Amino acid sequence: MLEIKNLHVKLEEEDKQILKGVNLTVEAGKVHAIMGPNGSGKSTLSYVLSGKDGYEVTEGTATLGDVDLLGIAPEERAAAGLFLAFQYPVEILGVGNMTFLRTAVNSLRKARGQDEMSSTEFLRVVREKAKSLKIDADMLKRPVNVGFSGGEKKRNEILQMAMLEPKMCILDETDSGLDVDAMKLVADGVNALRDAGRGFLVITHYQRLLDHIKPDVVHIMSDGRIIKTGGPELALEVEHNGYSDLIEEEA
Amino acid sequence: MALPQLKQNATEARIAALDLPTGGWSAAARGDALARLRATGLPGARDEYWKYTRPETLTSAAPKPAVVFTPDETPLFDGIDRLKIVFVDGVFDTDASDDLSLDGVEIARLADSADIHWARDLYGTLETAGQSPVPRPLATLNTAFATDGLLIRVTGKLSKPIAIRYEHRNDKSDAMMHHVVKVEQGGDVTILENGPAAARFNQVIEVDVADGAGFHHVRAQGRDHERRAATHIFARLGAESTFKTFTLTANGVLTRNEVVVELTGDDAMAHIAGACLGDGDFHHDDTVFITHDAVNCESRQVFKKVLRNGATGVFQGKILVQPGAQKTDGYQISQSLLLDGDSQFLAKPELEIYADDVACSHGSTSGAIDDEGLFYLRARGLPRGIAEDLLTIAFIAEAVMEIDSQELQDEINSRVEAWLMRRRDQ
Repeated sequence: MLEIKNLHVKLEEEDKQILKGVNLTVEAGKVHAIMGPNGSGKSTLSYVLSGKDGYEVTEGTATLGDVDLLGIAPEERAAAGLFLAFQYPVEILGVGNMTFLRTAVNSLRKARGQDEMSSTEFLRVVREKAKSLKIDADMLKRPVNVGFSGGEKKRNEILQMAMLEPKMCILDETDSGLDVDAMKLVADGVNALRDAGRGFLVITHYQRLLDHIKPDVVHIMSDGRIIKTGGPELALEVEHNGYSDLIEEEA
Repeated sequence: MALPQLKQNATEARIAALDLPTGGWSAAARGDALARLRATGLPGARDEYWKYTRPETLTSAAPKPAVVFTPDETPLFDGIDRLKIVFVDGVFDTDASDDLSLDGVEIARLADSADIHWARDLYGTLETAGQSPVPRPLATLNTAFATDGLLIRVTGKLSKPIAIRYEHRNDKSDAMMHHVVKVEQGGDVTILENGPAAARFNQVIEVDVADGAGFHHVRAQGRDHERRAATHIFARLGAESTFKTFTLTANGVLTRNEVVVELTGDDAMAHIAGACLGDGDFHHDDTVFITHDAVNCESRQVFKKVLRNGATGVFQGKILVQPGAQKTDGYQISQSLLLDGDSQFLAKPELEIYADDVACSHGSTSGAIDDEGLFYLRARGLPRGIAEDLLTIAFIAEAVMEIDSQELQDEINSRVEAWLMRRRDQ
């Protein structure tokens, strides 16, 4: 589903290479995790895949199904089925969460050649999905992410994920700033979305999120490359021994 | 001191083009205003207070014509239960207006000859007080020559807003209107204004808010591109009173909105907010002067300007804290969202403080659409244009949120969205 080949990326503004040849394939139905120390390039990978400005791809490709992701705008990537759950969701004053969700859903449906969702249908679906994430009517009415706690913001990200029906979900350090209960709620939301047609790439520092979202494959990233790939046991190894052994092993 | 000859000539030319209403209860105030106007002269391009905005088209003997614009939408506030009053090119429209009676308020017209005793004490009084330390001669001109306006005395909490609609039907109309609003103790009023009023509009509103009373004002200045307007609000606030005003300006070739507020009673609150949307030939000036002359008062100024295609925004805002006005809480923010490199924002924030126990802050910024927000929205599938519109709404939200009523906030937001939508993908 998601196929990244030999991806090299540098910062646009300065001559600094961040990704130095990333190779990664996430199959439909699978959950891949990327772990790695700070500055290894994990978040950059998520931004480059979803089309944030400021990065220059110097080599390599990234495709989702048969769509070349790197050549198109962020909204086109979303329409192709890519979803990024942000580490720091942006607050948007004056725009109701509901209005935002509805605009997003219908923009994507339009881009995908589907009819707009009627307001009754939209309300029904959003209420149902919000309920399972413990998002109440007030949170749906409030301006997007404004005054939300860390946990509320992340739950709101998962609600968007559920509403936008992506094929490929990237979670960028979704566990940061969450207590155990909030993390469990978010993980349950993600697990509910797991199905045979959907791939996940879970970026995290810590193994603990992976207790709740069980990965099929774990990758260790360091200095802009994936240096080791294994099963869930690799995450446990990191938890016990840290990254340094693995990095030394690679060197 | 004698006026410079050019200024004197311009002032006399303007006066000569007008008829001074004579007789009646306002005659003394009008005569006084005319004398004051002759002493100060109309604003000129060299006046410091008019450094960023050229006054010539506001002071000329005849107005520049403005093509009449017919919006293809229901007028703002039409969906709201209200007392409706309509003026067409500054002339009262009896047929289109509701009966001017409502519990808790007396409404009369300036043009009527009836002797309105309470208004006699106020008409021109707050305007005169607001001439110091900076003269505002267009308001003085208005006090002398205003042809009509509303005299509103509020004695209770009104069940619905008073909504004034100004229609512009004559491309050469030159309207001068003067409202006086007196909110008595325990009174509370919401006044809505909508529309361009005329090709050129000179408006003064004098507002006297008694102890514990409330005045709420929401205004939209109409979509006519070529209209010009100079407005003044002069307010005097008693103890524990509330004064809130918000103005939306979308379009208009030239607008100068001045608000002069004096907080004279303890624990009073004044919020002055505005949002403008300018595209192309658009010059918009907010000039505000707040005087804190009592203890523990709060004032907020929140101005947001969205500018594109060479539009210009101006903000001159001053907070003056008088000796003894301790515990003053003064806040002032003016920001512009520049949607391209051709547009400009000129800001002159000022604080002058003569008390030692006060908290005053001011800030002014100019910037482009927020990149982080834009990426977030586009990553959710919103096309760039729609994402930029939502971020524009987010930008002005702080000003719109100064309106207490959610219903009125929604009304204003609907017009902002419509304005943005009309420009999308252009």
